[in-house]
Amino acid sequence: MSEAQKTDPGLYDYLPYRSRPKIEWPEGKTCAVWIAPNLEFYELDPAVNPHRKSWPKPHPDVVGYSHRDHANRVSHWRMAEMMTKHGFPGSVSLSVALCDHIPEVVEDANQRGWEFFSHGIYNTRYSYGMDEAQERAIIEDSIATVERATGQRIKGWLAPALTHTPRTLDLLAEYGMDYTCDLYHDDQPTDVKVKSGQLTAIPYSLEVNDHYGFFIYNMSPREYADTLIRQYDRLAEEGGQSGTVMCIPLHSYLIGQPHRIGPFEAVLEHIAADGRAWITKAGDIVDAFRKQTGGAS
Amino acid sequence: MSLDPAYLEYPKRDRGMDHEHYPYSSLFDRKPLEWSDGKKLLIWPVISLEYFPMVPNDDPFRAPGHMQTAYPDYRHYTAREYGTRIGVYRLLGAFEKVGAKVSVATNSVIAERYPQLVEDIVSAGHEIIAHSTDMNGTIASGMAESDEKALIEGSLTSLQKTTGIRPRGWLSIARSQSFNTAKLLADAGVDYMCDWVNDELPYTFQTDAGAIINIPLNHELSDRQIINVQQQSVDSYAQQMTDAADWLLAEAGQHGGRMLPMHLTPYIMGLPYRISGFEKLIAGFAERDDVGFARGETILDSWKAQQ
Repeated sequence: MSEAQKTDPGLYDYLPYRSRPKIEWPEGKTCAVWIAPNLEFYELDPAVNPHRKSWPKPHPDVVGYSHRDHANRVSHWRMAEMMTKHGFPGSVSLSVALCDHIPEVVEDANQRGWEFFSHGIYNTRYSYGMDEAQERAIIEDSIATVERATGQRIKGWLAPALTHTPRTLDLLAEYGMDYTCDLYHDDQPTDVKVKSGQLTAIPYSLEVNDHYGFFIYNMSPREYADTLIRQYDRLAEEGGQSGTVMCIPLHSYLIGQPHRIGPFEAVLEHIAADGRAWITKAGDIVDAFRKQTGGAS
Repeated sequence: MSLDPAYLEYPKRDRGMDHEHYPYSSLFDRKPLEWSDGKKLLIWPVISLEYFPMVPNDDPFRAPGHMQTAYPDYRHYTAREYGTRIGVYRLLGAFEKVGAKVSVATNSVIAERYPQLVEDIVSAGHEIIAHSTDMNGTIASGMAESDEKALIEGSLTSLQKTTGIRPRGWLSIARSQSFNTAKLLADAGVDYMCDWVNDELPYTFQTDAGAIINIPLNHELSDRQIINVQQQSVDSYAQQMTDAADWLLAEAGQHGGRMLPMHLTPYIMGLPYRISGFEKLIAGFAERDDVGFARGETILDSWKAQQ
């Protein structure tokens, strides 16, 4: 069986939830909470990847494209203001071409003190089928583009539209990145097995991602807010045993719609007022985890 | 395995959009709008009036809500007809109770088949928006430009003949356009289209045949999306519309007039067990001094006058 088709991809060793070493977050907090706004740019008429269609409809997919464009014209600004108001920084999953197309949005996030990691060049260009040189090119492009636009060196990765190759994680570690958001096996950080260096999988989430909430589970805005509060309450309770991580992955074109942003405020109020949350950024969570666990496992 | 090198070339990766139709613009950087009569929020109801022929057309795609079973699909044909016989009159009655003038996105075939219905709509002061010919009149890339031109012109001409007024607005079925649609609409003299959902106010959309205005008709806040697709109740729909209105009113205080699209489907919202909840919702809006109802063309003219 080829490397690309192993039954177990060999990402990490099994580690049962019971009897783990205690992870401690600063000031006795039990749950590290981070928000991951996806700041994206989708192309109207993208090049075709033979392994995945960009849009369900023939180009132009007017609703698909313009819905996402709502993010940059309208809803980013609503979402960002709401986060800042309640003291939540963002760790941005960034289509790095947004730096070129709409630098206003990237500059706004940077001025708010948010951290950036790469979500590929565009969310309409996928890694499937790339050779190693091509995959290196998008990683190097991401590092250079974000550094030029924001002065920040990206430390993490969420694959563009969640498209990977079997070599992606090794390459991220080789380029000195600290974390990947692509693995969903745990509520605590995990060091991933990579060929060189160290790469930590930080819990992101599909289950409480606003896209899943509204388009897979078909929740109303208030149901989604209630879901996030329940997710937080449980993770904050269990984090007393060993610190947990809760990510709130957002797409402003969803959460920043006028019927959703109001109910969402209750989530931020709840978490900010609770007292058990370490409200922070992805890179800080990975740093705190590594200080306690040391080098790559 | 590797991809065509062109896949890593980005010829449109530059400042602004990846097309020439409109420049980037943040809603919050624009001159605040003022609506008439001191209104801060205009609700824009759009009722879709749809005729589904018994034999569906899949070219370029089958319209949402179309026939599903083997011929004859009496259940869907008649359930859609319920909307044009009963549901639409419940909706019109609900809006009459609160004195609202609304937009009605109408298949031209509806006006040809049911002249009494469009007469009732037009004489009450509502606006007819052109909504293709019938629900087989879908548009997408791949369609010959001449066919699309004929479809658009056929809809506009027929509605002009049956209602006496050439529609100023256009809504495509499922908001689906080809790369030619906006240009063909501008060329046909249409003032505004409702298909692009990227904004919450009107904006200018450039085409090779000149400019057209896009008034975004939020698809997420449609009864089809919330009730049919997401399977929420009418009470949940009403809560979501109320939450949206509350948010937009608060924003209007700081940033100027806002609008809230309300896209309705007679066979969905016009059912006996849903209509009371809907009537309660719009009665609540009507009670608020800072909320009004407006037709698309009214919003268009007010917006244009302030540019």
